[in-house]
Amino acid sequence: MNGGLDERALIGALSTGDLMPESAGAAIEEQRPPDASPSGSATRSPAAESVRGEGEFLEVSLGPHHPSTHGVFRVDVVLDGERVVRLKPVFGYLHRNHEKLGERGSYLAAMPYTDRLDYFCSLTNNWAYALAVEKLAGLEVPERAEYIRVIAAELTRVQNHACLIGFLLQEAGAMGTPIMYAFREREKVLDLFESLTGARMMCNYFRFGGCRCDLPPGWIEQCRRVVAELPRFLDEFENLLATNEILMARTQGVGVLSAALAVNAGVTGPNLRASGVNYDLRKADRYGIYDRFKFRVPLGAHGDVYDRYMIRVLEMRESVAILDQALAGIPEGPILNPRSRLRSFRPRAGEAYGRLEAPKGELGFYLISDGSGSPYRYRIRPPSFINLTVLEDLCVGRLLQDAIVILGGIDIVMGEVDR
Amino acid sequence: MSRGVRLVGLGIVKGLIETARNFIGSYRDPRRLVTVEYPEVRLPPVERARTFPMLVYDGADPEAGLRCVACKICEKECPPQCIYIEADRDARGRVLKRPRVFDVDCSVCMGCQICAEVCPFDAIKMNTEYELAVADRFGGLLLRKSQLVRSTEYHRTVHPQEAVEIDAQVAQARARAEAKARAGGGG
Amino acid sequence: MEPLDLIRERLGAAVPGAAIEVVPNPAVAEQSSLRVDPGHAVAVARVLRDEAFWQFDYCSNVTGVDWPEAILREPVRLRRLINGVEREVVSIVERRRPGCLEVVYHLYSMRLGHGPLILRQRTDNRVDQVRVASLTPVWRSAEFQEREVYDLFGVVFEGHPDLRRILMWEGFQDHPMRKDYVEPDDYEYEPTPHDDVLVKARRHYPVGGGG
Repeated sequence: MNGGLDERALIGALSTGDLMPESAGAAIEEQRPPDASPSGSATRSPAAESVRGEGEFLEVSLGPHHPSTHGVFRVDVVLDGERVVRLKPVFGYLHRNHEKLGERGSYLAAMPYTDRLDYFCSLTNNWAYALAVEKLAGLEVPERAEYIRVIAAELTRVQNHACLIGFLLQEAGAMGTPIMYAFREREKVLDLFESLTGARMMCNYFRFGGCRCDLPPGWIEQCRRVVAELPRFLDEFENLLATNEILMARTQGVGVLSAALAVNAGVTGPNLRASGVNYDLRKADRYGIYDRFKFRVPLGAHGDVYDRYMIRVLEMRESVAILDQALAGIPEGPILNPRSRLRSFRPRAGEAYGRLEAPKGELGFYLISDGSGSPYRYRIRPPSFINLTVLEDLCVGRLLQDAIVILGGIDIVMGEVDR
Repeated sequence: MSRGVRLVGLGIVKGLIETARNFIGSYRDPRRLVTVEYPEVRLPPVERARTFPMLVYDGADPEAGLRCVACKICEKECPPQCIYIEADRDARGRVLKRPRVFDVDCSVCMGCQICAEVCPFDAIKMNTEYELAVADRFGGLLLRKSQLVRSTEYHRTVHPQEAVEIDAQVAQARARAEAKARAGGGG
Repeated sequence: MEPLDLIRERLGAAVPGAAIEVVPNPAVAEQSSLRVDPGHAVAVARVLRDEAFWQFDYCSNVTGVDWPEAILREPVRLRRLINGVEREVVSIVERRRPGCLEVVYHLYSMRLGHGPLILRQRTDNRVDQVRVASLTPVWRSAEFQEREVYDLFGVVFEGHPDLRRILMWEGFQDHPMRKDYVEPDDYEYEPTPHDDVLVKARRHYPVGGGG
């Protein structure tokens, strides 16, 4: 290092907490994470000059127009050579004030906007919103609709995880092969969505109390064909990458997230489970009919990027297991609660918070109703936004190339971060 | 799965075998060659595919056969408010049950299909045309009524199942109305 | 998880001087909330996180809500003497609700699996006394979300390590999620304007339909 600089003291003074990647070995039983100590003005002013006064650091803005930042996302990085000294994410480039748009129209009018939150997983976004409204209004969902919801959600999860692995590898340098194989499978799933809902990505399919329309004839067979091919694809995908030395060298031991920090920082989804915390909302909350399906929840042991990658591969396999069971057990019946109304839907005053396990983490909707046709407060709890809380902790002290890989492993979509 | 590396390069070789399998397989297995050479080859649209709305008319005359009665429910329920309707009025200023103006701004339209879902008269349905690029950024995609109307024959080519069901319902309703008019007039 | 009244009593015993009240939720009764005063919010939060029978280690969601000043009209049944006969009449009672900004926290326990426990903090008004306590020292997941509430509502969180705008750009004035936020009216060309957007549009460009 240059000039006898005490890296550790410097990092300790600059970061917003004293939770460092080196503390990753902390056991899961540790229950009292150290509080994030306020570091006063150091986090506000530009870092380099204020610390050393000599401008030895390089302050770089990574983004917002960048192929590896998962959308319009800027990261202000302060570098010492190639080592990250400080890292501040800056977002808001895709902020559309979705929460205010939700207050403007009716409850139904907000449903197409939820497609555009995490635009890879429109059906789980729809389900999360429908779940919150059903909780608010006390609507029950018929059984066939619940099965359709599970099938749609697990198909979404498979294509999301495959694409995420593709993106991670693309940013690590494998420019094209894994992502193309992932997108080839995604096309099959999107064809299924198109024949079911009419649109490939912006599905707008679930309604409050069920689904918009029933499965078209032949859809179950088409879905079974797609799901039957998935295990072979997953085997190939895993063979392609899982023991690849370059991937292992770049992701093992990189971006280690301790379980205690993950829980305290509100990290959810595969990132949390990669750190070893057994918390999957499909098992914890048992929303929908997930308690009828047998599936396992994979957990990671090391909390690094390689674990996050491997968790997603294993979760795809579990999703295929759920899909097999759901496709075998889907009953006949109505798909919409007869009490549900398309127009003039006025749930009574009150509030509700509904959440589910989206592919990126816990997606929640908090709705306050004042008895009128529009929500009074429409709040989205975005998993990608909150998972980014720990980005600085994971990247400080590592090289810039690791920061790119860590960002890829966290799995963010800017539509959800900024809303 | 071991985290160590036994023979350096073996993992990369395994990956390359998978890549070779996909490459050589794409010459033999159609499931591995998934590229559709657009625009020479176009994928056929599916039954439920949707892009932008269209107004359906029965019979041959777009003005007389238009199903829309200008009730403005679609305008009200449209989430991005991209529909603008003005009802026609007769010489004395009374409102007639047809639209004089029906504008859909396709640069704003999300294709969410809520207008088609709430229409009580099956007048507005979703089209599947997607090659709509224009050069004028500000008004080029503002489709007027004359550009939106499509016949039921067209509707049947685009959404066969849905069109057949709706045409049957419309014909039934019309037959019932005529029977009632005849019975009422005769009695 | 035990009923909210019991939680309130225990919290009141553990954090003396804290003003905690139950805010009932008419829609989903299990999601009623506890309102704490900003002066003791951090102490209450620490107790909730650290006590063995609660262990609310996961703060899932931090929301801001804007309650502008309003006149609430509620029907009340009264017995009145009319023409010598006592009858029951329904009369409308007006009550002024003072304006405030509110911050709502949804807490879950990953370890024990219960939740949600919903905490609320309210500011004194919407104009100048908009300070509440930041719970970021207790739950780090509140860090970005409290920044967002500051950005979009204007609530100032005391004790937050890095309180600055997160979604809007630096130098942006005003707080977009407030109910009385007025957006600039000539930032967008609207081909199919309605209602008040139509009024604004007519001031700037000709509007009208064709055939």
